[in-house]
Formats: sequence, structure tokens, C-alpha cells
Amino acid sequence: MHDSSGARARILSRLRAAPPAPAPALPDWRAPRFDAPARLDRFRTMLEAMKAEVHEVDAADWPRRLRTLLDNRGVRAVVHGDGSDAARQLAEAWSADPQAPRLVAYDRAIEQWKGELVHGVDAGVTAAVGGIAETGTLILWPTAAEPRLMSLLPPIHVALVEEDTIRDSFAEVILEQGWAGRMPTNVVLVSGPSKTADIEQTLAFGVHGPKELIVLVLKRSGGVRPIPG
Amino acid sequence: MTADVQTGAGAPKAGSFAERAHLALDDKPLRANFRRAMDGLMAKRAAQFPDAADLAALRARGAAIKERALARLPDLLEQLEARCTGNGIKVHWAETTDEANRIVLGIFREHGVKTVVKGKSMVSEEMHLNAFLGEHGIQAIESDLGEYIIQLAGEMPSHIVMPCIHKNKGQIGALFAEHIEGQRYTEDVDELTAAARRVLRDRFAEADAGISGVNFAVAETGTLVLVENEGNGRLSTTLPPLHVAVMGIEKLVETLDDIPPLLALLPRSATGQPITTYVNMITSPRREGEKDGPREVHLVLLDNGRTRVYADPELRETLRCIRCGACMNHCPVYARVGGHTYDAVYPGPIGKILTPQIAGLDAAGDLPHASSLCNACVEVCPVKIPIADILVRLRREAVRPSASNAVKGAGGGWTLSESSAWAGWKWLHANPVLYRLGSRALALAGNLIPAGLPPLKAWTSVRSKPKFAPRTLHQLARDKGFDDA
Ligand code: SF4
Repeated sequence: MHDSSGARARILSRLRAAPPAPAPALPDWRAPRFDAPARLDRFRTMLEAMKAEVHEVDAADWPRRLRTLLDNRGVRAVVHGDGSDAARQLAEAWSADPQAPRLVAYDRAIEQWKGELVHGVDAGVTAAVGGIAETGTLILWPTAAEPRLMSLLPPIHVALVEEDTIRDSFAEVILEQGWAGRMPTNVVLVSGPSKTADIEQTLAFGVHGPKELIVLVLKRSGGVRPIPG
Repeated sequence: MTADVQTGAGAPKAGSFAERAHLALDDKPLRANFRRAMDGLMAKRAAQFPDAADLAALRARGAAIKERALARLPDLLEQLEARCTGNGIKVHWAETTDEANRIVLGIFREHGVKTVVKGKSMVSEEMHLNAFLGEHGIQAIESDLGEYIIQLAGEMPSHIVMPCIHKNKGQIGALFAEHIEGQRYTEDVDELTAAARRVLRDRFAEADAGISGVNFAVAETGTLVLVENEGNGRLSTTLPPLHVAVMGIEKLVETLDDIPPLLALLPRSATGQPITTYVNMITSPRREGEKDGPREVHLVLLDNGRTRVYADPELRETLRCIRCGACMNHCPVYARVGGHTYDAVYPGPIGKILTPQIAGLDAAGDLPHASSLCNACVEVCPVKIPIADILVRLRREAVRPSASNAVKGAGGGWTLSESSAWAGWKWLHANPVLYRLGSRALALAGNLIPAGLPPLKAWTSVRSKPKFAPRTLHQLARDKGFDDA
């Protein structure tokens, strides 16, 4: 392997030889805040403005609702995580029904089934660890149980988000959840389906990632729970 | 006007900026493409910042974050390297683009890489990485739709955020019909987009490695932050078994909580979006038990003249740039001549200050003059780079009689005639007797100087010749009773 330690030493020494400048203090800046009803409204409005579909559903009943949504789109194969809560709920609700879309578990390394995942599934279901109202954003924190490509390769991405994990701003999330001390391999903020405006500033969807994003906001009766993860 | 210029293709043309600008100004389709795009982008950005006070606070924060990171740059680079290494990302340093290219090639050779998919990266354009890899038998495919289009056309990006902004859908339709098997000519944007998806899907699946740029690197956590709308950046950094990221040494922030304000500035300034579809934060290669993601991640830190820019406290502000492109969207010169006229990787106002510092004033000394100093770029820059001041500084550096060392190629524009003219001007203005004689002479005879001949010709070719008043200001003042005038 190329040894770049000489370049490293020279770059750093040139930077250190430059006249020092004081590091300025950071002036005050506050991310926007929302009240409880406005928060969910904002989350929904922003996502819808970016052509995502948002449904508020009962946390116990989402697999049935999803079934209808996917049937309307002619979905035949759905990829889900291996051992995640969402996967268990889906299997319980759909497995007895021969008409339901085929459930495909992401239970192998990508190398073992690249072809199928790249071309062969219609939708992927992931659970977001939270949402951000300001920008209409889902926070995906991929794990071994919910790998990275599930939300990216299938033409439809379904994201579940618990209503009480929606926060006002990204700044609030990072701070509240102490991200700096526990960054995972990869974390992705998702704010709509894949899109491009490279041809004459005309919006087109699904250029590389999902063409559709369906967000299910899970509502629970009962108290506020802490954000998992 | 030759036929190929009328295509709006805007391929790089030889000669000076002024010569290329004239060609671009006569290219009607090109001008229409840019005008439409720039008007749209300006309106969208304005709609994103309805509150002037909020915007001012956000920009102040953004500028301070980048200024602080620069003030601590060497320490933070070491911290970034230590964190990345701890996370399993291999870090490399390159002083020149050639070194950076060889590092990337070395990594690829070691892994037997044949084809590579690329996410959008301006630094890789700076390196001319695709051409370099091609010469060494490795095919690099651009996967950002705009970059893919200009790669098919064999052109350079004309905008740092929207690389094929100079093309219309008819031109793109023709390009696809020619290059993509089974694709008919169409101007339907959805169909064109779907065609690109089809072709590139397979490329992603086959690729041995992915290349990406970096929008922000977080020293505190060793995290690489990439923003994009298409998902090609995520694919390039997730699907192939190997990921190589290239970044300029200035793309650094100190802490993770520096990211939200910068994210609140970048997409809104760039394309008038509240946020990009994807914000991709990469902290390590695939960990034990994880089922996808590259098994190896490399980060190449590129200097390419940035340490020299850093050495001068005023010019250093150039390095705050977050590459949003707002300065070009609002630049009256850029909007009329388009990106290719600059014949440089970075066009528009940021290019006018960055290119001469990297390539040298002797090579790109005309760029700082391609500005009316109207200050539009300074007003929109999210990190408050004093672009106009730096333009003036570079103009001065270009004609320094004894080359100062601050900028590469300084003094390269010095000429005896210009220098003597200004020396004479200074002398005249510092000497009351001479000044009075000179201004009286011009009042009497100035209007007789022919406009169409040197020395006035260059000025009057695009402006009317100034008319000299019959009496000087001093004479008028004295008439009014100011006796010490
Ligand atoms: S100079 Fe400012 S406005 Fe121009 S690209 Fe850089 S950050 Fe954006």
C-alpha cells in the first residue's frame, strides 16, 4: 500500500507554519420548535410536499393497513429485516394468508443474494428510530437486523415511525440522544423518495432509490416512551 | 459563429475567458438554458429564507463553524484521522492530485478492481480521476444523473451542484438515443430518468468499488457526511465491497452538532430545498454481523494547493466554502456565460477566487476580472465568504511588481505600460499643480480625444465615452466662493 506519511507530515507542517487565527465563539442559533399538535402536522406536511405518502395508523394494526396499500400497487415481494419487531408483526399478520405478498427476510449477507435484492423485490419495510418535524425526515439507524440496502434498492420504501419518537429538529435529536458518543456504521436521514432535477430542473422520482416512500406513523394509546436505539 | 457553438453543448473552448465569453453570449440555446435555471434557483432559495433575521443568525453560525474548524485545522485533521482509523476507515494523505490518483489506483490494484461507480464529487473532478483510472484500465462510471449525462457527452460539469444545467431535454434525449441500447428518442423526463436507472442499476450491481466525495467530515466522531437526492451516493457507498472517499482537507468540522446548522444552510442555499432526500453519515466499514455495506472504506485527504491558500489569513476565508453553488446561481456573469466559459472545475464566483489560487495567477489570472464586483455572491454565500474582497486582492496580487509569495503565479500579470500608467496617475493626484494643469487640459481638450482609437478604444467598445465638463470641479467650487479649493 502507498505510504502517505511524508505527504501527511508536509501538509501538517505547512498548516502549522501558517499565521494562527483565533477560533471564534459560535454565535447563538436555535433550531425551530413546535408544539405537540403542530409537530406531527409539520412532519406530515413536509414529507407530503416531497411526494411521500403519510398515514397515521394504529400501532397494533399497521400490517393490515400496509397490506391494502401494497395490494393497490400490485406488490408481490416485500423484503423485511431478520428478527426485527416489524418482521415478526408482518409474519404474524400475513403468513396465514396465501394472497399476501411474499415475505423475504434479509437474513444473508448481500453477496449471497445481490441479484435478487437488486432486481427482484418490490418493497422494503424498515422501522425508523425517529422522525424530525422541521424537515419531514425519517431517521434510519441500520443494524444487523435491518440492513442498509432495504430502504434503498426496492422501488417502494415503507418506513414505520412511532409518533412519540418525532422530534422538532435534527439538532435536538443529536443532543438528546447523545449521538456523538455512539455513531453506528451508517445512519441515514430520509426525507422523501429518491429524486432528481438534473434534466431541466424537472422533478423525476426513483432515479436510483425508491420511487415511492410510504410513511406509517404508528399511534399508541398510552404514555410517551423513550426513543429506542 | 460555427455550427458546434450553436448546440448549447458549451464544450470547453480554447483562448481567454473573454474570448470564450463572447462565444457563449452568442449561443442562444445555452443562454436560454442558463437563464431559466438560474431564475428558478434564485426564486427557490429566496422562498426558503423568508425571515431575514433567522437567515442572518444561521449564516453567522455557519461561517463561525467553518472559521473555527479552519483555525484548528491541523489538530482537527489529526483528530479526524485518529477517529477514522479507530473506526476502521483507512486514511491517506496526498499533496497533489497526481499523488491522490496514485493512492486510489493503488487501492484498486490491490483489490483487483475493474469497474467503479462514482457518486458526485468535485474533488475527483479536480483530480481528473476518471481519465486517470481509464488510462490504467479501470472504468469509472458516473452515477449522478447529471454527471452521467455529461460523461456520455464527454463534457465537463458546468455547475458544481447541477452539472448538466447547460443541456435541455432534447439534447439529453438525443444523447440517450445514441448511447443507450434500445432507447428511443424522447423528451419525456420520466422516461429518460427511467432509462438511466435501468442502465446504472446493473453497473451498481457489478461494480467492484464505489467512489464518493465528502460534504462534511466530523473530527469528533470520524464521520463522513454526504448529502444527495438521488440515492446514487448511498448506492456507491453501500453496494460495492469497497468504498473510497476523496475530500479536500478543508471539508472538516469540529463536532457532530456543527452539522445541523450547516445542513440547514447547504440544500436551501443550493437548490432551495429544506433538506436533501438523503443525508448519509458513514462512520465505519461493515461491522461484524452486519449484512451489507463495504468491507473496506478508505479516505483520501487532498491538499492540492489548499495549504498555500491557508497560509494567508485573508485568502484563507476561501476555504470556508461548502460548495452550495448559490454564488454562481446569483452571479450576473455566470448566468450569462455559463459554467464552461470559466474552463475550470469550479466555475462562477467561487471558481474565480479558488481556481487562480490553486492553478496560479499566471495560468488563470483573467478569472478575477470576470466580475463586476456587484456583491450578489457575497450577499447569498451561506458562510459569508468575502468573495468580492478576495477578487480585488487577487487582481492586486496579479500585478504586483515584485512577485509576492502569497499566491502562486503572483506578479504574472505585471506589465510596464500598465504599471507606468498607474504610477503616472498616482503622481498626478499627489501633486496639486500637475493635477490642476491636467484637469484643465482635459476640460479644454478631452472631448477631442477620438473614442475609437487607443487608448480609449477598449473602454469605449462597450460603453460610451465620458464627456468632459467644460469647467473643472475646482473651478466651479471657486466660483461658488470656496477659495481654498
Ligand atoms: S462561495 Fe459561498 S455561495 Fe459560493 S459555493 Fe461556496 S459556500 Fe456556496
